[in-house]
Amino acid sequence: MSVLTWTYIIVGLTFALYIGIAIWSRAGSTQEFYVAGGGVSPLANGMATAADWMSAASFISMAGLISFMGYDGGVYLMGWTGGYVLLALLLAPYLRKFGKFTVPDFIGDRYYSNVARSVAVVCAIIVSFTYVAGQMRGVGVVFSRFLEVDINTGVYIGMAIVLFYAVLGGMKGITYTQVAQYCVLIFAYMVPAFFISIAMTGNVIPQFGLLGTVTDGSEMALLDKLDQLHQELGFAAYTNGTKSMTDIFCITMALMAGTAGLPHVIVRFFTVPKVRDARVSAGYALLFIAILYTTAPAIAAFARTNLINTVSNQEYTSMPEWFTKWETTKLITFEDKNNDGLIQYVANPNTNELNIDRDIMVLANPEIAGLPNWVIALVAAGGLAAALSTAAGLLLVISTAVSRDLIKMQIKPDISEKNELIAARLGATVAVVIAGYFGIHPPDFVAATVALAFGLAAASFFPAIILGIFDKRMNREGAITGMVVGITLMLFYMLKFKLGKFGGGGPEDWWFGISPEGFGTIAMVVNLVVSLTVSRLTAAPPEEVQAIVEDIRIPSGAGDAIAH
Amino acid sequence: MLILIKTNLNMSDNQRKAYWKENLRYLYILLAIWFVVSYGFGILLVDQLNEIRIGGAKLGFWFAQQGSIYVFVVLIFVYVYLMNKLDKKYGLEE
Repeated sequence: MSVLTWTYIIVGLTFALYIGIAIWSRAGSTQEFYVAGGGVSPLANGMATAADWMSAASFISMAGLISFMGYDGGVYLMGWTGGYVLLALLLAPYLRKFGKFTVPDFIGDRYYSNVARSVAVVCAIIVSFTYVAGQMRGVGVVFSRFLEVDINTGVYIGMAIVLFYAVLGGMKGITYTQVAQYCVLIFAYMVPAFFISIAMTGNVIPQFGLLGTVTDGSEMALLDKLDQLHQELGFAAYTNGTKSMTDIFCITMALMAGTAGLPHVIVRFFTVPKVRDARVSAGYALLFIAILYTTAPAIAAFARTNLINTVSNQEYTSMPEWFTKWETTKLITFEDKNNDGLIQYVANPNTNELNIDRDIMVLANPEIAGLPNWVIALVAAGGLAAALSTAAGLLLVISTAVSRDLIKMQIKPDISEKNELIAARLGATVAVVIAGYFGIHPPDFVAATVALAFGLAAASFFPAIILGIFDKRMNREGAITGMVVGITLMLFYMLKFKLGKFGGGGPEDWWFGISPEGFGTIAMVVNLVVSLTVSRLTAAPPEEVQAIVEDIRIPSGAGDAIAH
Repeated sequence: MLILIKTNLNMSDNQRKAYWKENLRYLYILLAIWFVVSYGFGILLVDQLNEIRIGGAKLGFWFAQQGSIYVFVVLIFVYVYLMNKLDKKYGLEE
């Protein structure tokens, strides 16, 4: 059977599965819609969190990014996993004990202020939209390549699916769909990885294959071989990278703090019954994530070696089928500058003839390695599972922010449960439409957009939540000023250096040599300093708020997530 | 709007303080390890560690791309174990 037939079958089956689960787990109450009724087992929550967390960027773009960045790619690997340690140790248990539905809930109550709540709502919406745009784009890329439809049509299909189960099932539908999506995506990621690892190193486990030797008989370590290939073509050695140590440090920190501050990840820990479940489900989540994240660097190195061996100094006319297929999507472009009919793939931009979009590395990998057609189709289904699960989680945050944090808590507190549920569903619908718009008119390539969402979360939520738990003296004035200053600074830097507003500027103009991706760390530190300073100059929080802080530090008696 | 439930009336202030202090001590130790394996081994000391090899990879590179992640997973489960024990000691387990 052809790749296309296989893709229709496998993608069709997985979609039928998601829709079936959505119908089975419809939400009947706001509590089910917001936090799945608070009765999810830690193991299921761990899987759902992992799927929620691993986006199109993790599945499609990350190995490709690492493949082109070498050592520097470690920022994503450490940043997107290390954040879970912060989440498990500093946030999840306390927020679960606090027992509300959303991050703005916590901010609003802890800082006894609807202004703080509104600031948190705005931050949550900015962060989530920045993030969801990348997901919809990812859906479009997968559809256009594998189902050979237009990117926009792909985005529409993705929107329809997410809309269906997010609107119908709320958090309950999303949680159980995400469990299924985790299984699909991890299977789809690992199968080609096993095949490629055997082909490249003779070791079936890719994590060990990365430390192995190449199978061409030279007994050379794979990474040494890759370093050598890189240097021959004028690139920096794969295991050294090119970014400055300061920038690497800041990007890693921004991604970690951002991970811990992302509203759609935090909200997952409201769905388990007890504080100890929140702790252990963070552990399961990271374990499930780590399976993919320790495979990614291996795939990156394999794909890079494979790619260079396949194209470098080979005749253009003898390129395999996948090469021409991806050329038609313009994600691979070749220009024979010296008219010798050979592909020169080198670091020097004047003589380099080949451009490869990094987003395609994982998707093209099975084809590059010559794997069977069903594996290629499986990867398409996995990419879709990753993008859809994250998009759904984000859309829920946006719709909850509107129906609960805005309407229920501020505009119309006497809204009936039924109407609140309708508002939540309408909110989700509007959010899907806006996300689809961003998917059709994407701001930048997938991973870069996503990386910036972390900077925004690190600069706004992370300090406010941490201080809310660990600093009893932190008050309304401090937290609000900190969040506003933090997110404004980050947005300014992002707009200036990423989108060329406010005079723009290149890498040579970066403050302290820190890239927009890493600037979240600086904005976070500024937020912390501002919050602490302002809070000490203004009145201490009221007694009952200090009592809340005392209370969330003690794990027992968490009870159900309560509504008032 | 706020409903405050004093959930642990049977717990004295001293016990609360002691519980919180032990909790913080675990956090300092675990977060120190978290920092050392990622920012230390994977970033700040990467060149020094790259002199050593683990299989076919340089050690610093390995920590940045794989090693730190393994440690992170272990850290969370150690934390879960320690906290469950601590909860038991103070009679807070459910």
